[in-house]
Amino acid sequence: MSATLQLIVYLVLLFLLAWPVARWMSAVMDGRFGWGVRIERVLFRMAGVRADMEHSWKSYAFGLLAINAIGLVAVYAIQRLQVFLPLNPEAMAAVSSDSAFNTAVSFVTNTNWQGYGGESSMSYLTQMLALTVQNFLSAATGIAVAIVLIRGFVRKSSSTLGNVWVDVTRITLWILLPLSLVFAVLMSAQGVIQNFKPYEKVATVEPVKWQTPVLSADGTPQRDAKGAPILAEQRSDTQTLAMGPVASQLAIKMLGTNGGGFFNANSSHPFENPTALTNFQQMLAIFLIPAALCLVLGRMVGDRRQGIALLAAMTTVFIVAVALATDFEQQGNAALTSLGVDAIASVTQPGGNMEGKETRFGINASALFAIITTAASCGAVNAMHDSFTALGGAVPMVMIQLGEVIFGGVGAGLYGMIVFALLAVFVAGLMIGRTPEYLGKKIEVFEMKMVALAILIVPILVLGGTAIAVVTEAGRAGIQDAGAHGFSEVLYAFSSAGNNNGSAFAGLSANSPFYKVLLAIAMWLGRFGVIIPVLALAGALAAKKRLTPSEGTLPTRGPLFVFLMIAVVMLVGLLNYVPALALGPLADHFAGFAR
Amino acid sequence: MNTTPTNTNELGANHESTPSLFSTLRAAIVLFAMLSVITGLLYPALVTGISQSLFAHAANGSLIERNGRVVGSSLIGQSFDSPKYFWGRPSATSPMAYNAAASGGSNFGPNSDALKSAVAERIAALRAADPGNTNVVPVDLVTASASGLDPHISRAGADYQLARVANARGISPATLAAIVEKHTERPMFGFLGEPRVNVLLLNLELDNAR
Repeated sequence: MSATLQLIVYLVLLFLLAWPVARWMSAVMDGRFGWGVRIERVLFRMAGVRADMEHSWKSYAFGLLAINAIGLVAVYAIQRLQVFLPLNPEAMAAVSSDSAFNTAVSFVTNTNWQGYGGESSMSYLTQMLALTVQNFLSAATGIAVAIVLIRGFVRKSSSTLGNVWVDVTRITLWILLPLSLVFAVLMSAQGVIQNFKPYEKVATVEPVKWQTPVLSADGTPQRDAKGAPILAEQRSDTQTLAMGPVASQLAIKMLGTNGGGFFNANSSHPFENPTALTNFQQMLAIFLIPAALCLVLGRMVGDRRQGIALLAAMTTVFIVAVALATDFEQQGNAALTSLGVDAIASVTQPGGNMEGKETRFGINASALFAIITTAASCGAVNAMHDSFTALGGAVPMVMIQLGEVIFGGVGAGLYGMIVFALLAVFVAGLMIGRTPEYLGKKIEVFEMKMVALAILIVPILVLGGTAIAVVTEAGRAGIQDAGAHGFSEVLYAFSSAGNNNGSAFAGLSANSPFYKVLLAIAMWLGRFGVIIPVLALAGALAAKKRLTPSEGTLPTRGPLFVFLMIAVVMLVGLLNYVPALALGPLADHFAGFAR
Repeated sequence: MNTTPTNTNELGANHESTPSLFSTLRAAIVLFAMLSVITGLLYPALVTGISQSLFAHAANGSLIERNGRVVGSSLIGQSFDSPKYFWGRPSATSPMAYNAAASGGSNFGPNSDALKSAVAERIAALRAADPGNTNVVPVDLVTASASGLDPHISRAGADYQLARVANARGISPATLAAIVEKHTERPMFGFLGEPRVNVLLLNLELDNAR
């Protein structure tokens, strides 16, 4: 009951907030805001940018690649050099080269897959100047591509799509920055930390005790006569609290659907997500821009119902996924119930499958967050997905595998969904024997080739990468759980990387050079292997005339089209992944009964 | 700059530019540098300035002081194992539990043998500390939290431990139940969050009341 109420309130607030944001975004992208234009003019002058010059799709793509490549180098360099740089109170050492490379690709591609624990490897400067900056710029890249694709539909017989530098700057400074500033202050008022202090050592109420293996001189554990490792008792009367500028990074991590946590535990860490209320606000922040962009599409093409149709298709799939995941997690883990555990929800406890979940979020807020973060290509987590039940964990995995189009990453979700919409009108066109049209543009051979490329590249990366990992020694070495669940860990990792989500079944030890390199390749190609066909598509569409709808035009704003679009998304997604899902989560689920 | 004005756009006087490699790189580098300074230095500094001047307590980790000494954060759980204290969620952080400088969960899958044996051990430990208690154990008391730093247990988890703590402290269960009730937080608006008790704050109060 409270899960349903939570979902309803969430959706109502989301749409109420998306409306003004969409209005503001449209105004910014059209340059209809006086004071900002004067400030950005200074930047453009220094960069030698002529704001009135427009780019062809190829120049636009080249510009985006250039600024992202520079970002890649900068993020790598700052991690490697952090030991010599300021704002490093805990004296974090230089990040290893393979880890720094993986993280650089991960943050540039808006994936934010994390092969490191933030509080134990990154200096404050690295978190800000390397990671936070990429949170902004990768989000701006995604939004720019979505705007350009919309312009492809709006413009008539045009060879240009806009100025890449103007778009990226405006999105960063006038959309992402103000929203982040407000959200960061809101978060830090509620307990998300924001400081530059060294880690705080506190005297605990009770000492904490633990055991460590005694090592011999050569570094191997010493064993007693029976062969058991000799353990030494350890004890500490203090607790070290990691500190740092968390709120500022958290804000853009959510609003830019980046997802890279300041801390290893991401948004389950109480300093990164202290209360159920901050959790609710963070969930709203993830979907805010993806939802608003659908409305921006409606505004820019001059038919608001077109944007609402996309939003309706996304919301329908989303609601089903939330209901499924919540139910599976609430049922709990039968293996634990048989040990004498009470997992039945009551007024005094959430019950359900609480391994890897926080008490303040319980089942409802953890399951909802999991679906939002995977639907939206965010990848932040407030619970550990690896410890979800087999089916409860399959739902987030499927949300990723659908191609991150259910709201999706900022920009990426919209351009992904438009690609599916084109496929839907194409399929419908075949059925009724007419040339397909969408938003007044005829969809012909070149467009469909780009659509096919954009849709197929990611499944190839995901399934190919998973296959390579499970047949090689290096790939199998990283698997934590035996059997089907281990396969799920690998499948989830490549789904997450290829679709630029960034969340993980974190039992997989992905910090071997093998996974770091292979996942980095999947992240890079999964990002720019889609962006470039989408920009080419935008270029081809912009060059066309705009048709007025005729009697033979399939209406793309009614319930019929919403249904068709959902069907196409599900069909493509499931056809690609059902065999792999059967080997992973489904087999895992049935193994639970076998024991 | 090498540009070719073609003005083919019907929307207005837009020109296509085919920029040179040099001008593209210059624009990319200069804009990258300036946007980096704005979003990577000025923005975090501004947020820090605002939050440190308006709500420094929250921005610095909601630290708790007792007798002039910082004893923890009201947001971060601590490890307890004496019978006279309420115990928190199991913590999977390494090398010790509740390591607030290296957060994380166990990431055990649902059918993992390691998970089952860990849960069985935790149930045994709870039973050993309170042999008279035959109730089923609330799930949050025997499963590791996501962060390893969860400051809360469910209200059911507190109720389960009530008799043991009352016994160890020699206070009446009714008195203790009233203190637990005082520390129970309920869902906001009926749907945000779960019924929970902050373990550190509750234990600190028990020590103070003594």
